[in-house]
Amino acid sequence: MDLSEINFAVLVASLIVASTPLVLAALGELIAEKAGVLNLGVEGMMIIGAVSGFIVGVETGSAYVGIIAAAVAGALLSLLFSFIILIMQANQVASGLALTIFGLGIAALMGHPYTGIKSPQISTISIPILNEIPILGTMFFQHDLVVYLSLISVLTVWYFLTRTRAGLILRSVGEDHNVAHSLGYRVKTIRFLAITFGGAMAGVGGGYLSLVRVPQWTEGMTAGAGWIALALVVFSGWRPFRLLVGAYIFGGITILQLNLQAIGVNINIAVLSMAPYLATILALVVISMSRFRGNRGAPGCLGTSFVKTT
Amino acid sequence: MFKLIPRENVSPVLSLLGPLFSVGFTMLIGGVLFYFLGVDPFAAIKMIFWDPLMSETFSTYSIPQIFIKGAPLILIALGLSVGFKANVWNIGAEGQYIMGAIFGASFALSLYPLESIFIFPTMVLMGILGGSLWSMIPALLKVKLNVNEILVSLMLVYVAEQILALASLGFLRNPDGAGFPGSRNLSQYSSASNSELIVGTGIHLGVLLSLLMVVFFYVLLFRHSLGFKIKLLGNSPKASGFSGDNPNKLIFLCLTLSGSLAGLAGIMEVAGPAGQINIDFNVGYGFTAIIVAFLGRLNPIGIFFAGIVMALTYVGGELTQFMLNLPAAAIQVFQGMLLFFLLSFDLFVHYKIKLKGNK
Repeated sequence: MDLSEINFAVLVASLIVASTPLVLAALGELIAEKAGVLNLGVEGMMIIGAVSGFIVGVETGSAYVGIIAAAVAGALLSLLFSFIILIMQANQVASGLALTIFGLGIAALMGHPYTGIKSPQISTISIPILNEIPILGTMFFQHDLVVYLSLISVLTVWYFLTRTRAGLILRSVGEDHNVAHSLGYRVKTIRFLAITFGGAMAGVGGGYLSLVRVPQWTEGMTAGAGWIALALVVFSGWRPFRLLVGAYIFGGITILQLNLQAIGVNINIAVLSMAPYLATILALVVISMSRFRGNRGAPGCLGTSFVKTT
Repeated sequence: MFKLIPRENVSPVLSLLGPLFSVGFTMLIGGVLFYFLGVDPFAAIKMIFWDPLMSETFSTYSIPQIFIKGAPLILIALGLSVGFKANVWNIGAEGQYIMGAIFGASFALSLYPLESIFIFPTMVLMGILGGSLWSMIPALLKVKLNVNEILVSLMLVYVAEQILALASLGFLRNPDGAGFPGSRNLSQYSSASNSELIVGTGIHLGVLLSLLMVVFFYVLLFRHSLGFKIKLLGNSPKASGFSGDNPNKLIFLCLTLSGSLAGLAGIMEVAGPAGQINIDFNVGYGFTAIIVAFLGRLNPIGIFFAGIVMALTYVGGELTQFMLNLPAAAIQVFQGMLLFFLLSFDLFVHYKIKLKGNK
């Protein structure tokens, strides 16, 4: 084993790429949860995004068109969830699970003819001047558009939630839907928009996975990324910047374990592959143990359905 | 527009009709899907739901197969349903199923080639233990630290899958297997083999146990105070607290009970139909069982029928895959759709719908 084979700057750059799908999907779920909706279908929406993005990307030859298609596909699948929980008043936990099972099935069906094909390249956009800073340049300023977009979205979501009136309304709907309703806000419309945004973001996350991160289509390729995104939301205490940090720590563990596998470290591959999942559990435990910040930030009405009574 | 009025009592008729309508709708929309996949929808639906039961060519093989595939689904779903009633969401049954199989098989294979009548029962107990220990991780974390059991139990599925790979390629690999992955075949080890009860059908002890468990859970839920306490916890956690029940004990019990049953299903499968521990041992029964639990309306008798229907889609699905070239994933879509329709239909069970406007 030779640890010096691992280039630190490249490692951080690939960590950011590995974390980007998680940042996107978790950010979408954060908005949905802030509006009081627990959507356990992130995995399903991600994989639909992954397969649709890949197919459109391959057919059009443009990764960007693929990413847009991924967003549309994720949002479309989330419509199904919106319909079931907002109109049919179904249990959110069960409906989210259904969405995941359904999404995985549909994706496998759609993606079958595309297994083993190479995806179109996405171009790296180097930010002038900044990218020439030694080490830091390689780490942060030579990425593709989606990475920059993910960072901008973190900032936008933070600004939206904490600094705008619309964000305040969204949070009030998640905190207490009856109060929000009596103040005249349209609880269901707001939740619908939040779910759709969550779907689109999960879709883009999935599309990034199949078009850039891997880049290939294989059945079940999300491998729990959607669930990890859900865990990240809890870990972040429903705060965008902590979510970003969490995702990067997580991406770091994934990349480190892949690098250790690559340089042939003397640990079984199966044991290394467990690392991301064990890390997720550990993160959830740590966050629950620090009681004073643990569940603070969890929306009051998370996971409950709203029925208009008056 | 429409207005929803909550029903005072859940309508028993609609509650029964829901699953039936859902299966019907799934056939309809599934047929459309099959049409777009270039498969004759009528032939496909007939082959999934009718041929395994009625066709002379297939039924002698498929009818026992329905029970064999139904057994793990029913066992796991029974355990899950108890938790679901209490709002305790174990969705990692797939992992507990794997760990049950690994625990039990490891015990039996460590004694190979010793023959003794004690091996089989101990192996089954070890299987149950394996599943329950694996479910105890989310249970303890939930009870002691209030960690979300949904996420922990699910993460542990991926961990269990890696342990399965470790076992098949490493510590359980058949030393006489010419280097191929996979353990010794338990069916060739008579003390540990879960052999068929009726010759030529493949019906094994697990099928019998799944039927016995339906009765056991029926008694537990409807004739025992524990069943009442669990339902109370789910419907009204506050009332449950006032009546002096310890919610943590109930949550712990729900999770470990479902883990034990998943473990039982796992050991029955590995010692019976599967025969050996291998990388592809788990086929998603733990996830499909979630659908079975809901399709059966979280009622043991309902779960029995739901397990049979779901097993039918598996057996029929294999048939269509073989005869009509329908992709395997189509059946998964089919099952997902079924759950959607079920959950949607619950609206009519819990609410009356009135047209607004003309008061």
